[in-house]
Amino acid sequence: MNNQLLFKQLAEFLPAHSIIHEQEALRPYECDGLPAYRQLPLMAVLPDTIEQVQQVMRVCHEMQVPVVARGAATGLSGGALPLGDGVLLGLSKFNRILEINKQARTARVQPGVRNLAISEAAKKHGLYYAPDPSSQIACTIGGNVAENSGGVHCLKYGLTVHNVMEVKVVTPQGELITIGGAALDTPGFDLLALMNGSEGMLGIVVEALVKLLPVPTRAQVLMAAFDDVEKAADSVGTIIAEGIIPAGLEMMDSFAIQAAEDFVRAGYPVDAKAILLCELDGTNEEVSVQIRQVRELLKASGATEVRTARDEEERQLFWKGRKSAFPAVGRLSPDYYCMDGTVPRSRLGEVLTGISKLSQVYELPVANVFHAGDGNLHPLILYDANNPGELKRAEDFGAEILELSVKVGGTITGEHGVGHEKIHQMCVQFSEAELEQFRAVKKAFDPHLMLNPGKAIPQPRSCSEHKTISGHKH
Amino acid sequence: MRDLDITEQLQQQVQQAIVAKQPVKISGSGSKDFYGREPVGEVLDTSGHQGIINYEPKELVVTVRSGTRLADLNAVLAEKGQMLAFEPPAFGADATIGGTIACGFSGPRRAAAGSARDFVLGTRIINGKGEMLRFGGEVMKNVAGYDVSRLMAGAMGTLGLLLDISIKTIPQAFGEITLKRECTYQKAIERMNELAGIDLPVSATFFDGLTLYIRLSGAALAIEAGEKRIGGERTDNTIWDNVREQRHAFFSQDKALWRLSVPCDAEYFELPGKQCIEWGGALRWLVSDADPKEVRSVAERAGGSAILFRGGDRSGDVFHPLTEGLQTLHLNLKQSFDPDGIFNPGRMYGEF
Repeated sequence: MNNQLLFKQLAEFLPAHSIIHEQEALRPYECDGLPAYRQLPLMAVLPDTIEQVQQVMRVCHEMQVPVVARGAATGLSGGALPLGDGVLLGLSKFNRILEINKQARTARVQPGVRNLAISEAAKKHGLYYAPDPSSQIACTIGGNVAENSGGVHCLKYGLTVHNVMEVKVVTPQGELITIGGAALDTPGFDLLALMNGSEGMLGIVVEALVKLLPVPTRAQVLMAAFDDVEKAADSVGTIIAEGIIPAGLEMMDSFAIQAAEDFVRAGYPVDAKAILLCELDGTNEEVSVQIRQVRELLKASGATEVRTARDEEERQLFWKGRKSAFPAVGRLSPDYYCMDGTVPRSRLGEVLTGISKLSQVYELPVANVFHAGDGNLHPLILYDANNPGELKRAEDFGAEILELSVKVGGTITGEHGVGHEKIHQMCVQFSEAELEQFRAVKKAFDPHLMLNPGKAIPQPRSCSEHKTISGHKH
Repeated sequence: MRDLDITEQLQQQVQQAIVAKQPVKISGSGSKDFYGREPVGEVLDTSGHQGIINYEPKELVVTVRSGTRLADLNAVLAEKGQMLAFEPPAFGADATIGGTIACGFSGPRRAAAGSARDFVLGTRIINGKGEMLRFGGEVMKNVAGYDVSRLMAGAMGTLGLLLDISIKTIPQAFGEITLKRECTYQKAIERMNELAGIDLPVSATFFDGLTLYIRLSGAALAIEAGEKRIGGERTDNTIWDNVREQRHAFFSQDKALWRLSVPCDAEYFELPGKQCIEWGGALRWLVSDADPKEVRSVAERAGGSAILFRGGDRSGDVFHPLTEGLQTLHLNLKQSFDPDGIFNPGRMYGEF
């Protein structure tokens, strides 16, 4: 491959400062939010118009150079990990909110707009954008579409796929197409469903139209302490069986509680085996009724203590503890590895017991943070990469947790994506025929495999090779 | 409802069709025969593939075989105080859940709660190579692999035969009332959009040309507060069943019925015939003998599209024509799921 020729062709339409090719300047692009995996790209380009993105794709298509798209690189699965022989396409300059339509309750935004920035801009109209991944201060809407990001409120308000109405996409050949639209239904197959969560493998999102919702009149949070993790998990089912869908339902185990409490002083009961945060939102009347119901249900489920946040300040504090759980646990260990399996809630006790046994086998501590409403589990494995072999041990531990998630009827990834990280576990969750169907879908959009090749979907034969190499455990 | 798994038989039938290069028309009860382009091929009957495979009310998920009657599924959910959030129409007593999902039909609650595809969590299908494949699952959050399950919703059976579907369920509302008030078209559209921008328990809207109907769902206190704010006169809740199943007087016409999906704030369309409005302004029904080209171009100019829902010429374009870029993707996807063109050829678009 001729680097100079590629540079020359890109420089014909991109200003010099938008093409990064020196090794030191490329360093910031070598990884995403999963720094265990690093790779310098051949070049990074930072276009700021849709036409430039189309031209980049045409040049790369012509020269058969693979392209990896990147938003804010907050992803946790190595989805935006560059390719050594590829171009990294940074979309950070696409950071404008193009229009907020108050009447139709939509926002048209560029892909590099931060998730939280949409809600901030919509606030003056009494509206907000519902999906709220923990990285929402930094992560961008383009990345959210690529990962189909969730957040703490998705049991009630859905994932990115439920809140994006339209995307403008540059194809691998450099064509601009529109998928979805400003109406609720659009003609043909639901290609928008395919784009959400496609990890940058089907097209480059260059614009999005998202749905906005009215800000709830009232939000209130309850914190319940339990002396047993399973009791806490069961109480979630009890609330839902009563016909109440909380806006958020988060659970933390004793390790995570202690770490968060030490870090932000949220007022959590540190002697509890588990706490549950239950947020109810809606009209004033609806919330009043539900608060009373949920309080009773939690007590009946064996909660040792149930507290309603006194005021908005305490509500924010309760949430701050939960949202800081990752860095809080991070303080206790040089490195941590965050997993993302989802399991049916009824199997939670079994899965937590399994994780705790594995923790002993691998001799690595683990803290559990859990989107209890939807079964999405984030075990944080603590390790020290400076100790020889510990990263490998953490990876193997993580792989076993994911395989356990699949075994009980769940999935290897609820919201972080497969990326580079979980590519081998795809072989556990899917049959070869299913993987082949995924590859065929990829080829329908990207016949020459130019976009983020090697991520998310294992390549043919790689599953059998992986099993041979690892001498599979099961 | 029987509990019968005929996966093997269906798979054999598909494999035979592939060998014989004989297209099939996938059919449950036949209640949606009126919809889409004229069916061709031998009937592949899924109505025997029945039963609930798994229902966990506490997990808000049901997995059901495609030939299960929608009415049976609704009854099972109702027994546990739950329902399908997208409130699908049946258009026939024996309508199946497979046909409902394949057509991607949603009812009055769609604007407030979401569409059929929004609630699909997983599917098991037979593709055009005769392989049995499973995508998604029974959990709410699942981003492993492309979202093929949701792709099946609304694909009119052209990409594969649906065997089972896992669907997210929601609790039934504690209470429900309907309010009505007379107004003009333009006022109705404005009012629908205005209410959707405020935190109110509005779960459905309908304007029949004279009267605007608004349904409120939720706790008794919340409904009362909403009623006070919205105003109007209380009326019977049965109007929603009649609108959903198109038994309402508006739909009893001998002219073609068009379904216009448009931005919710689109203005009233100057077209011959009668119009009514649902989904907070985003769905317009049109009974008209207007030139199909005119109907489509009016919808398109407003940023939407039009489907010839019932009647008219069903051998030509029924669904809204695709842009060139999208058409290429559709042909490629069809090729990737059904390379021999076995499933429902021409039912959606003439090209595949």
